[in-house]
Amino acid sequence: MRKLKIIIHREFIAKVKNKSFLIMTFLSPVIMVVMGGLVVFLMKKNDEKVKEIVYVDASGLFTKENFKDSKTVKYQDYTQLGITETKKKVAKGDFYGVLYIPKKGSLELLAKSIAFYSKDSPGMSLIKGLEARVETHLRNLKLTQFEIDLMHIKASEITSDIKMFNFSGEESSKLINGLKIAVGAIAGYLLMMFVMIYGTSVMRSVIEEKTSRIVEIIVSSVKPFQLMLGKIIGNASAGLLQFFIWGILLFVISLIISAVFGVDMVEMQASKIPEDQLNVAKEAANPDKLQLIFQEIARLPILKLFLLFIFYFLGGFFLYSSLFAAVGAAVDNETDTQQFMLPIIAPLILGLYVGFATVMNDPHGPIATICSIIPFTSPIVMLMRVPFGVSWYELGISMALLIVTFVFMVWLAAKIYRVGILMYGKKPTYKDLYKWIKYKG
Amino acid sequence: MDNLLEIKNLVKTYGDYTALNNVSLTIPKGSVYGLLGPNGAGKTSLIRIINQITMQDAGEVYFDGKLLAPDDVAHIGYLPEERGLYKSMKVGEQALYLAQLKGLSKSEAKKRLKYWFDKFDISAWWNKKIEELSKGMAQKVQFIVTVMHKPKLLIFDEPFSGFDPINAQLIANEILQLRAEGATIIFSTHRMESVEEMCDYIALIDQSNKILEGKLEGIKRAFRTNTFQVGLATSNPKEVEAKLKQLFTVSPADFRIINEGLKLNIALKKGENPNELLSFLTSQGQVQHFVELVPDANEIFIKAVNKNS
Repeated sequence: MRKLKIIIHREFIAKVKNKSFLIMTFLSPVIMVVMGGLVVFLMKKNDEKVKEIVYVDASGLFTKENFKDSKTVKYQDYTQLGITETKKKVAKGDFYGVLYIPKKGSLELLAKSIAFYSKDSPGMSLIKGLEARVETHLRNLKLTQFEIDLMHIKASEITSDIKMFNFSGEESSKLINGLKIAVGAIAGYLLMMFVMIYGTSVMRSVIEEKTSRIVEIIVSSVKPFQLMLGKIIGNASAGLLQFFIWGILLFVISLIISAVFGVDMVEMQASKIPEDQLNVAKEAANPDKLQLIFQEIARLPILKLFLLFIFYFLGGFFLYSSLFAAVGAAVDNETDTQQFMLPIIAPLILGLYVGFATVMNDPHGPIATICSIIPFTSPIVMLMRVPFGVSWYELGISMALLIVTFVFMVWLAAKIYRVGILMYGKKPTYKDLYKWIKYKG
Repeated sequence: MDNLLEIKNLVKTYGDYTALNNVSLTIPKGSVYGLLGPNGAGKTSLIRIINQITMQDAGEVYFDGKLLAPDDVAHIGYLPEERGLYKSMKVGEQALYLAQLKGLSKSEAKKRLKYWFDKFDISAWWNKKIEELSKGMAQKVQFIVTVMHKPKLLIFDEPFSGFDPINAQLIANEILQLRAEGATIIFSTHRMESVEEMCDYIALIDQSNKILEGKLEGIKRAFRTNTFQVGLATSNPKEVEAKLKQLFTVSPADFRIINEGLKLNIALKKGENPNELLSFLTSQGQVQHFVELVPDANEIFIKAVNKNS
């Protein structure tokens, strides 16, 4: 144990003292925030630019009422000038574009014949906005044709807000569902990033010991298994420290940026969330509901979440990094690692895909459930499922399987590692690895 | 207990390949023991088993009278042939690290390292990285790291590679000094002149088998051919040579002596007394050179290996 501690200490210090580690630790959050800020800033600037659009209404069905100016678009009526002349003006650059509404026999035909001319191809949101204006007005006209009073339509609009309960009688809301998705997705994504960054770091460290030829001296003092374990734990500690610093720095820098530049962080987040979740975010921005949100967050099984997060995080990392260590031991240099990397990375990516594709829509569906039990995908998928509440027996099976597989894989990897670190000059095949595993002692 | 290491019927296989076939060795305390053999003979496998880097398939290793145990690594110092140090770690830090892995406390390790660094006059390197040092300098650090925990058993695999003659001599003297202080030394090398110079005992391993073991002098005696190198000043060399050819097996020899004359290698039959040859020679002329041709380690090596294959 004493030797293991010494190895962990060295691995940790060697990693942390490394210049690239220091640079990565302190620069990446800055870069991330600056990039994020830049995107928001540019989007804002983009929105601030007002587009001038004119319309030529040959049908005579539309009025100025239908084309009210918005924050980003100003409308002008050029019906008098006629479409041919207006198009010339647009071509000259006087306006951004012209919406042409021709005269047609029926509303249906008209709806299909409206055209927009512009020099640059317009963005989707602009066209969607124009379509919405046209559609609303045409629908109203149609309703009037059916002699339906628009007042009645307005009055009959009812919105329903279905409240969700689970069987322990706790009320949950869509907001908390969004929160659960976010928590799960972030946890799963973090785990994958962590495994990729620090797994390869373990691998590189093994290769370094092999190429510098110090490894035989070390294994004459300690068991190869101790060396491997020390490496994995040392790198994991360095990684956790880095993640911790990143977390703090991101928080601090975000605060500074939002204070200095007035970039609203909620807005920044919202810009990344797809449409249907946008409402949730807006809900969150409502100060009246803030108290409710905190209540909801408090109601999440924070401790359970945290403990499971730690368990799957470490389990997943140990499982994968022992494989990375075995690959590092098998080869002489990093270029030879490629053929062995794919089988390691594939289940990792699969886990993430399954997580994003199925867990979010149906956290307890068959694919999500199976993948959260299979050990190679379970760390990521289960982490994503956990916030939605997973039954204890499923958790039990998943955790037990992960532990068994983790112990087995570390044992297997240690066998490859033990033989591999003393093999030079030959690029091994899978057959060789199998032979190494069978060697005694 | 007179033997530090007793190796009994050691077998090691890798798949279908047998690296060690029933090898037994006895290494006396306080000796310099030369472990010789061609490349791929199984020396490294044997050394790795002694260092507990790999495990034997069968057979036992006794260290200081007891079965070799994991804690014994603290009493063994190993300088492998494939060796190196962390390139980007500071010399002092990694020496401390390796010493701690051998079971020394940090303060004790510091004290001993200071002694050795002063002895080799390299204290100025403490904060340098290995990549800033020359190969010879790194080898010195490597040597210190091997011996600083005062092990009972030292295993050197090609210890002189990478050293210039001056530093090689420095290291050779240090090794002999360590033996004088009571350490037992296993010495694996292809440089036969250093075997002659340093080893008390040798063992020869070829094709996974031990083919020779014992005191160097004893082995030399066993390998001697009763051949003498002779230089004779005589007025009619041709006649003398013809006479000698009738009595002994004679071949021409090439060596330097001051006076010109007959130069021959003369092989006696087994049991024949060299005095008879000498008295015959003195009757024929003035004997200027009379030396028994004792095989050196190199010849023994080549002879034994050729015989084995």
